[in-house]
Amino acid sequence: MRARSIWSRLLRLDVALLVVALFIPLFDHWFHLGLSSPLRQCLVYAILALGLNVVTGFTGMLHLGMAAFMAIGAYAYGILTCDIYPFQLSFWPALAATTVIGVIAGALLGAPTMALRGDYLAIVTLGFGEIVQDVLKNLESITQGTRGINPLPGPVMFGHRFGTESPYPWFYLYLGFVVVIVIVCRNLERSRTGRAWLAIRGDELAARCMGIPAVRMKMLAFATGAAIAAIAGALWASLYTSTGEPANYDFQVSVLALCIVIVGGMGSITGVLVGALAMIGFANLLLPRTASWLQEQGWVTQASVFGNPNNWKYLVFGLVLVLMMRFRPDGILPRSVGRRAGAST
Amino acid sequence: MPVETALIPAIAADPGLSPAMVMFLNYLVIGLANGMIIALIAIGYTMVYGIIELINFAHGDLCTLGAFLALTIIGALGMDQWSGAAGWAGVAMLLIGAAGFCAGLNWIIDRTAYRPLRNAPKLTLLVTAIGMSFILVNVALFWGGAPMSVFGGGNQAAAPKHFPSLVSAANLLGEDSMVMLTAREMLVVGVTLPLMVALTWLVRFTRLGKSMRAVAQNPVAASLMGIDVDRVIGATFVIGGALGGFGIVVYAVYNGSISFQMGYRTGMDAFTAAVLGGIGSLPGAVLGGMLIGLLRAFSDGYLETRWTPTVVFAVLILVLIFRPSGLLGAKIREKV
Repeated sequence: MRARSIWSRLLRLDVALLVVALFIPLFDHWFHLGLSSPLRQCLVYAILALGLNVVTGFTGMLHLGMAAFMAIGAYAYGILTCDIYPFQLSFWPALAATTVIGVIAGALLGAPTMALRGDYLAIVTLGFGEIVQDVLKNLESITQGTRGINPLPGPVMFGHRFGTESPYPWFYLYLGFVVVIVIVCRNLERSRTGRAWLAIRGDELAARCMGIPAVRMKMLAFATGAAIAAIAGALWASLYTSTGEPANYDFQVSVLALCIVIVGGMGSITGVLVGALAMIGFANLLLPRTASWLQEQGWVTQASVFGNPNNWKYLVFGLVLVLMMRFRPDGILPRSVGRRAGAST
Repeated sequence: MPVETALIPAIAADPGLSPAMVMFLNYLVIGLANGMIIALIAIGYTMVYGIIELINFAHGDLCTLGAFLALTIIGALGMDQWSGAAGWAGVAMLLIGAAGFCAGLNWIIDRTAYRPLRNAPKLTLLVTAIGMSFILVNVALFWGGAPMSVFGGGNQAAAPKHFPSLVSAANLLGEDSMVMLTAREMLVVGVTLPLMVALTWLVRFTRLGKSMRAVAQNPVAASLMGIDVDRVIGATFVIGGALGGFGIVVYAVYNGSISFQMGYRTGMDAFTAAVLGGIGSLPGAVLGGMLIGLLRAFSDGYLETRWTPTVVFAVLILVLIFRPSGLLGAKIREKV
């Protein structure tokens, strides 16, 4: 254990990111950059990807249904807070309850599936994602079908009710959530449980031989990931005052989360943050702006299939996955060898 | 399927069927026909899985592109006006065109995306396949914006496209029969059954089939015996792609509509079929395909269309959890 100076701590990328993030609203406000909406989305996706990182990054299980747990979180928050239902909780108790519901949902799916082989588990999570979407869409009497549950209340903090007048309180609150979840993930990673996860990712058979209860540990990772995804869902619904339609939580969202984790570097928490910036920055900022610039130049029209930025998303997600797997399977910021399981920091 | 041909005299002999029976028979016909198509696509999944243990996620979307190529050919040749014998000839052209295209494209995908990762962890390969699937979906989306009248003039790229019926929809059981059995069902049987027989022959009795079985059993040992493993895997992708191309053209003619997302739906049905039958097993894929086709048809008919995907995915999950080796996977160890 080497004592590190404050400077070496500040030079760490995640702390630097946080410092930059703290000042972004200022620049956004001064220069009218229009960043507040993509940035808030970026924070929610970062939380979702941090959840996936626990499952796929730490424990090595490919999870293709994160959007389902996000949907469960959003709808749980909606049902607990919206005034057409009997519960009508406020933000904080609803968020706590949503987290618990996320854990339960994760454990329910995890219990029968944790013994499955990697690729079968991936397909089961994918199928679960589709089923959740269909059930939310078809059970109209409970979930309002494609209309989504709305309106939903925003957070209340120190007497301040978060509303639509300013995006910046939202930004700081959600940034706070990201910071808390990053700290929780880092502590988990260094705990006995986290070391067990990393061992399972490295070699499950060897981990079992060392006495690690692999199935139980995997289930713990799965439930943790589900809880974090549920929080992301609740924050999403609260931000937009609506759960939106179930199709908002489709396979594309799960794959976007996977892209973020893979681009950043599986298992690397700072990597996930960088990956979220890169992917959401690309999909929600660069693509629409390039498209509108091209439209202003008169090179493409909104009506043409090439002019709609959303049409390029699939292609970008796909290319990212294929090229990363081929050329940099460990991501932009791989987990460094020195920080592997057991190395004390 | 022999079941269908056996039904013809039975129904013709007894026109006084109860309405419930008529409904049941109609669902049965639709289910069996779609089931045979699903089986053909499922073979593509099961062959690739049997040989390199990859869930080839992109297979369904590869088939989508085959369907889009077929619609492009129809538009280019003005084939939507063809009927009768010309219609049948047109279908034959589409089948060959789409099968050749899908075979070639599947080979290219394997060569460029999967082959460099042969020794990588299995999940790396799976993620690559998911990425490839997204790329193909996007290509289909852009293709749907092609400025042709068959694609709606290119204005609604994402909208489902009408696929002209080249084959007569007249009821073969006579105009007054309530049970529908048309030339389209005959087309399905006429295309899928010979292909399945040919594939079985190829895998059982040819040199290529023998080397495929050898590679499936043990790639290292196979290469030590002088088998060019990469060539055999390439051939597997070519055959799987070709069957997918045949299958999707028949699917498009039979169901009359295609869309850029059809590959995801059809692909999940076919994959579920492959898993249900026992992944890696050819007879399993055919059996699973028929079962999933029937399940879909009966769920559409007796339950509700909107619940059908849930039913199929539930079957997929339950099979994976409780019987991962599928119906035939444990007994028949013949992996392709």
